[in-house]
Amino acid sequence: MAASLTLNKITSQKGISIGEAANRVADLGWTPSYVQEAMTFPTDYKISRVPRDPMKQVLRSYFPMQEEKDNRVYGALDAALRGDMFRNVEPRWIEWMKLFLAIIPFPEISAARSMAMVGRLAPGEELRTGFTMQMVDELRHSTIQMNLKKWYMENYIDPAGFDITEAAFGKCYASTIGRQFAEGFLTGDAITAANIYLTVVAETAFTNTLFVAMPSEAARNGDYALPTVFLSVQSDESRHIGNGHSLLMAMIHDPSNHDLLERDLKYAFWQNHAIVDAAIGTFVEYGTTNRDKTKESYAELWHRWIYEDYYRTYMLPLEKYGVKIHHDDVAAAWDRIVKKDYVHLTAQFFAVGWPVNFWRIEAQTEKDFEWFEHKYPGWYAKFGEFWKWYAKLSKPGETNILFNGDVGYVYPHRCWSCMVPCLIREDFVCDEVDGKMYTYCSEGCRWTHKVAFGGEYKGRPTPAMGRFSGRREWEDCYHGWDLADAIKDLGFVRSDGKTLVPQPHLRFDTKDMWTLDHVRGHTLGSPLRGFRALKAGAERDAAVAEYRKGFTINPVH
Amino acid sequence: MEETVSTAQATQPVKSGAAGAAIFPGSDSRKFNYFEPKGRKATHYEDVTVDVQPDPERYLLQDWIISFPDGTPTYSKTWTKALSSDWHKFRAVDQEWERTHYQRQSTICGMVQGVIENARKSGAPKRFDKAWVKVLQDHLGAYKHAEFGLGTSMMQAQRYGYTQMINTAILTNSSYKMRFAQDLTIYLAEIGLDVEGFDTGAGKKHWLEDPIWQGVRKSTESIMGATDYLEQYLATNFVFEPLVGELFRSGFIMQMAAGQNDFATPAVVAAAEADYERNLANSVELFHILTTDKQHAAHNTALFNGWMKKHAELAAAAANGLQPLWSQPRVKVFSFADAQAQAKNRLESICSEVGLAVP
Repeated sequence: MAASLTLNKITSQKGISIGEAANRVADLGWTPSYVQEAMTFPTDYKISRVPRDPMKQVLRSYFPMQEEKDNRVYGALDAALRGDMFRNVEPRWIEWMKLFLAIIPFPEISAARSMAMVGRLAPGEELRTGFTMQMVDELRHSTIQMNLKKWYMENYIDPAGFDITEAAFGKCYASTIGRQFAEGFLTGDAITAANIYLTVVAETAFTNTLFVAMPSEAARNGDYALPTVFLSVQSDESRHIGNGHSLLMAMIHDPSNHDLLERDLKYAFWQNHAIVDAAIGTFVEYGTTNRDKTKESYAELWHRWIYEDYYRTYMLPLEKYGVKIHHDDVAAAWDRIVKKDYVHLTAQFFAVGWPVNFWRIEAQTEKDFEWFEHKYPGWYAKFGEFWKWYAKLSKPGETNILFNGDVGYVYPHRCWSCMVPCLIREDFVCDEVDGKMYTYCSEGCRWTHKVAFGGEYKGRPTPAMGRFSGRREWEDCYHGWDLADAIKDLGFVRSDGKTLVPQPHLRFDTKDMWTLDHVRGHTLGSPLRGFRALKAGAERDAAVAEYRKGFTINPVH
Repeated sequence: MEETVSTAQATQPVKSGAAGAAIFPGSDSRKFNYFEPKGRKATHYEDVTVDVQPDPERYLLQDWIISFPDGTPTYSKTWTKALSSDWHKFRAVDQEWERTHYQRQSTICGMVQGVIENARKSGAPKRFDKAWVKVLQDHLGAYKHAEFGLGTSMMQAQRYGYTQMINTAILTNSSYKMRFAQDLTIYLAEIGLDVEGFDTGAGKKHWLEDPIWQGVRKSTESIMGATDYLEQYLATNFVFEPLVGELFRSGFIMQMAAGQNDFATPAVVAAAEADYERNLANSVELFHILTTDKQHAAHNTALFNGWMKKHAELAAAAANGLQPLWSQPRVKVFSFADAQAQAKNRLESICSEVGLAVP
């Protein structure tokens, strides 16, 4: 018997190579001569070179590959249920998934939409095939994540918050921050949005913390579903990174694009840092019960994925084309994470705002304190008392921590640019744009609103660039409202009409749960309105100086 | 029962994170509760689709937060001239979401590859009638570009719809068109390996230069160049597909092939007909909702009739341009007149379903 006889050998026949197939597929396009395609999503960039598709994949191999990946994902979800995953899962972790999974399907589908914006811009057709696959990938990501959320809702002990997910996405202050990330993909200058912000920065750099670092933490908390879904999602990202890099390379040779490239790399990096690090940093550090001191902290993960992987190996080589890289911002972002407690301050803010969340947050405990102190020396002195307050005030009947004057927490201003509050007090800045006063968390965010999103950049008109719009300060939407009425309007009330969806603990007994009556009697207000009412000059300067001094949490008595 | 669980927990905290481990307000709320399902219960498609693209008129408290420089928000109703009293009503008839989409696309890829492999293994392309080989090379080769053009047109259109349901239906339509354009491209390249002198570049030349194809190209480019996404969607599925696409695919290629010793091409092309049935069902559902809208029926009907007329004129000219093709195969089994009669019937039945005038 011929030992080397295989089915492949029996059935094989001469075919065309993948490279040849990809070349033929790339030749499907043509330049219309009867009716021109309208450039409905303009850009201020010039694209003179034909971008190349580095992936050389065709749909005939793409669809079966994706189906196979899906089969593994859905099979794993079934296996997780059969293995009784939810008996051992950590509710502290799953609760944060109510927020994360409320946000993420919209950025994903926005990325699908944004492929329309770059599809017509690039000369040649080769990359259009890549964009098509990315478009379908993003539909995959959006609906596979919606499916995961539905699955958590059906199988986790407390489905409240999952059940209202897309409505909550529209109303919650925290999900609006995620929406800033998503709308950045598909609104304004087509290259700024769909190429630099989405593929070059968000997908190349920050999906690693989102879709690789975070799933590892999920697994440590008994959640095998999230890694299964998100690592499968991440496996599509390499193609998207290829699309982004290829289009970038088609523009970078033209020096007239360099100013805009520098603007957009800076804006996209800073905003991705401000938004993604706030959210994912909190999930990874505060959503976990695993306090293994040998595992990497979020700061260490950031150094690996953002600093080493993105900044050193992807961004720095761009300098040889004459593009100036924003080194200072990378250093500043690193300092915000390791020296200025950005993630810890964000987690603290989420906890203070628990009554207007749609998920539960439980207090950090002694075990957590020890880990934080080990990874971030000095943490306990800054945050220990706060979390003790939080535990103490988690019982219904206490004055909730948002309005409890004994704690010493001072409610922050909101950043008009990234929409995360201005949590690093010493970095707080304000400025006027078009005659109106705004507050920002950092110089990078002030620059983003005032300079990057303007009608011109470095004296050059930028008619395609987007604008900030909408009711960007969440607190303004409920200015003057009673907290209980605001929660009702948000829809964050359980099916009995009185118990809150959010709870400041993980106790699943009815008697431990807060109701509307427990939070009534406190009035919400807009910090920005108050700030704008200050007289320009000494009065405002004094307020800024006072804000920058920060606050001290009082000892728990 | 509830009383007992509650007492037990007072002394022993819940250890399990599984559904049913404790009973408390909201612990049985295991369905998405923020939208009205079309039927009695929400389908899986609805659960993973509805409201993912938000709307300030539903839950978007802070409104869209980035705008285009002229003030147009991230999504705008002004991106089509059509009006609706409820853009959220539409549900795709094919209920596609990622899993079903990949399953179907992957099945088609497998089927097409299997057909081609078997045909080539049995030496079939060598036995295709010589005149027919030239038809495939020049004209099926030209037609693949029309499919690609419509696919990219819908890739553009899926950015503009006001709801996730509309955009997903257009996105999957684009995906089907792109796959079919590639199916044809690779199929022709593969049979080209078996047929001496087969010129895989001829199709594009005919597409760009042959007078037979210029009407089709003009019709396709008119859809690609339309700036109203619903005009693109309507013109593709209600006009181009029946009058040109099906006419060529079913009324010519699939009818003629067997008589020219070709059993492979109809199977490859048949996938597109099945795709079209689904895309047509989705678009009929959407446009029917709009032509029967309680406030805007008359406006929409007049608008769509205008689009139908504009694109039907182009498509009719395109179809007439193709007529010489029916005399090219050596064995003639189906006439252009028969094919066109079928196309007209199809158009009439679409118009009657949606409530539009036959152009």
